[in-house]
Amino acid sequence: MREVVINPITRLEGHGKIVIVLDDAGNCVKAYLQVPELRGFEKFAVGRHAEDMPQITPRICGVCPTAHHMASTKALDDLYKVEPPEPAKKIREMFYNIFMVEDHALHFYILAGPDFIVGPRAPKEERNVVGVIKKVGTEVGLRIIQMRKKLRKLMEMIGGKTIHPVFGLPGGISKPLSQEAVETARKVSEEAVQFAEFTYKIFKDIVIANKEYLDLITSEAYTHRTYYMGLVDEKNRLNFYDGKIRVVSPRGTEYAKFDVHQYLDHIAEHVEPWTYIKFPYLKKIGWRGFTDGEDSGVMSVAPLARLNVADSMATPRAQEAYEEMYETLGGKPVHHTLANHWARVIEIIYAAERFRELANDPDIESKEVRNLPTATPEEGIGVVEAPRGTLIHHYQTDPNGIIKKANLLVATQHNAARIALSVDKAARNLIKQGKIDQGILNMVEIAFRSYDPCHACGTHSLLGNILLKFYLYDMNGRLLEIIDSEELVMAGKSG
Amino acid sequence: MDKPKIAFYWCASCGGCEEATVDLAEKILDVVNLVDIVFWPVAMDYKVEDVEKLPDGSITASFINGGVRLSEHEEMVKLLRRKSKLVIAYGACSSWGGIPGLANLYSREEILRYVYHEAPTVENPQKIQPQLRIKAEEGITLELPEFLPRLLPLDLVVDVDYYVPGCPPTPEVTWKAIETLLSGNLPAKGSVLGALDKSLCYDCPLNETKPEKVLIKEIKRPHEVIADPTKCLLIQGLVCLGPVTRGGCGALCIKAAMPCTGCFGPLDEVIDYGGKAISYFASIVDYSDEQEIEKTLGKILDPMGIFYRYSLPASRLRGKITIAER
Repeated sequence: MREVVINPITRLEGHGKIVIVLDDAGNCVKAYLQVPELRGFEKFAVGRHAEDMPQITPRICGVCPTAHHMASTKALDDLYKVEPPEPAKKIREMFYNIFMVEDHALHFYILAGPDFIVGPRAPKEERNVVGVIKKVGTEVGLRIIQMRKKLRKLMEMIGGKTIHPVFGLPGGISKPLSQEAVETARKVSEEAVQFAEFTYKIFKDIVIANKEYLDLITSEAYTHRTYYMGLVDEKNRLNFYDGKIRVVSPRGTEYAKFDVHQYLDHIAEHVEPWTYIKFPYLKKIGWRGFTDGEDSGVMSVAPLARLNVADSMATPRAQEAYEEMYETLGGKPVHHTLANHWARVIEIIYAAERFRELANDPDIESKEVRNLPTATPEEGIGVVEAPRGTLIHHYQTDPNGIIKKANLLVATQHNAARIALSVDKAARNLIKQGKIDQGILNMVEIAFRSYDPCHACGTHSLLGNILLKFYLYDMNGRLLEIIDSEELVMAGKSG
Repeated sequence: MDKPKIAFYWCASCGGCEEATVDLAEKILDVVNLVDIVFWPVAMDYKVEDVEKLPDGSITASFINGGVRLSEHEEMVKLLRRKSKLVIAYGACSSWGGIPGLANLYSREEILRYVYHEAPTVENPQKIQPQLRIKAEEGITLELPEFLPRLLPLDLVVDVDYYVPGCPPTPEVTWKAIETLLSGNLPAKGSVLGALDKSLCYDCPLNETKPEKVLIKEIKRPHEVIADPTKCLLIQGLVCLGPVTRGGCGALCIKAAMPCTGCFGPLDEVIDYGGKAISYFASIVDYSDEQEIEKTLGKILDPMGIFYRYSLPASRLRGKITIAER
């Protein structure tokens, strides 16, 4: 037995390490994706003013701060039993869709794009955004950069800050839109729809038209038959901002549909000793280990899962693209992990179209964007679809609105078990007879990258360890030395 | 001549500082032309071994964000310190601890118990916990980095040359910091780059509505009031930390009618940001009767989360020290 370690895994949000175990013949027998990351948000939320949670929890993830901001704000609506005025809901949902466009585009072009646009086995010096720009040309590169900049500037006008927004309050938003923001939104939404179409064309030209890539997407090495979970509206269409949580089975039939207030009946978390991330699973089916199929509670979230869960898309161009994907890949549900990239681009189209609808809704000009809460707070739950999947915030407070207990179920966590399966399966399929190089190792990384995981989100919680260690600090709190208890005993220095 | 080498690394961060760098937009292309990026896990495929191979002192500047929370962070920042001429604490977390530094209000044991045994979704009858070293079925040993007893700002672990403030630093602040570094005209060690030594009020579009002497009779929490976006938020009773916070952010929160929460940190010469903020608020309460003062300030039920939100690990308080730890 020997091991090959990829450290750190790259082009994702957060930290990770892959340990590949080879037998004497050089065949991979197992691969572990370990997540060495933890911080402790659920615990240090306790004692905070509830209304500060929409600003504290975005620091779980600065890539998807809007998702945490919104889940938290919705949990506060529920906590104070206050319904925002219709215009406030529309502005929130518009803001949310702008965010989905730019966040998904970031993943497509900067994080995952290099694998397809530059090539999965290209030299690592080129396998990055600079390589992408070289490949697509500076003009196209600038178009991508400028679109992102416009979307994020608009988010700043609406939400205060783009990274860590501040405008969400129980019962609405802090301020109506300025006339300038309304006009900018209308203009930028048109450009966003065009940008989405343009991105879809790039994806089809580079990926789908390339038989080698299409074969890669549909190959068994990157396929798992699991349950899928996501939010749907009253017509079972995909919605990012609100709706019911729907779960479909590996066969594609509805397994469950529930309001987020019932999430504790449906979702539980499993703990493993070799990683800091916890593994949510479908509680009624149970944890059967790292395995797929109908008898295993392992589920998947994020773009492909959302499309598998939805009966259709709520906007016309997205619906066309949705039909095209399922037709090409042989019907629903699609179990090919790498199809997440396709689904993600379809979601960019949906988000841009929904953004345009809402930007042109006269309601967003309204000054009625806030209902002040009057109820005594006790408990609140909020849910949204983060770019990386279903995100649930659950708070309990005292009558003064001070957090007593918080539970956060974060998108990447829901995918954690399937990601572990994916990395293991890809490594076992690709690494044979000791043949191993940078290109093959990147092909293993591709398996997790398609989920767009965010380990900062996945490990918002924190924990300690069982080894006793001593930490020596100087008077200024500077860490001087760490001593293992074992070392102390062995050196006869104990006591 | 070789281009200067730059590294970006993250510790216990959220990735917002990485996004802030990407938000340089077109300017990122200028940066790429001016420097060679030798390590940037979020965007590039260089691994730790690539950094290890570089000669000591060969990286011109390492931008490090996030506080030091795991032994792995400690090892990485020490490695980058050795390889770099300059180390820059980028953002609130590496400068003073940031929001994840609020975890220092709890012991590891309290947190561990909650996360692995008490959280409502956890099903863990065998009481499993992640281990630093564990024998896997295949016979190999899997290791996890150690979770340190508390989060530390970067300068309590390695020598830091400069600081860039903000949660996260805005693109404008980041660009100013880069320009300063590339100018060759380096300021004194320990300086804050990208933002001036002036409070946020100087930048604030509502500053004209702020009276010479601020006095308040009532404190209001943001969810209790619809703020007038054209009037100083402080005089409307909201806890706006603008007067004690470094400016340079462009007053983004205030433009959204939300008070400043202090993410740009203290001005030069201030030793304890939270202490400064508390003393400021105590001084503007417009009562002389002790009970009235107490009633007014008593509205703030979470002084740690309000005044020390970004700076607890770097403050005089540092956090809670448990008996076990002592």
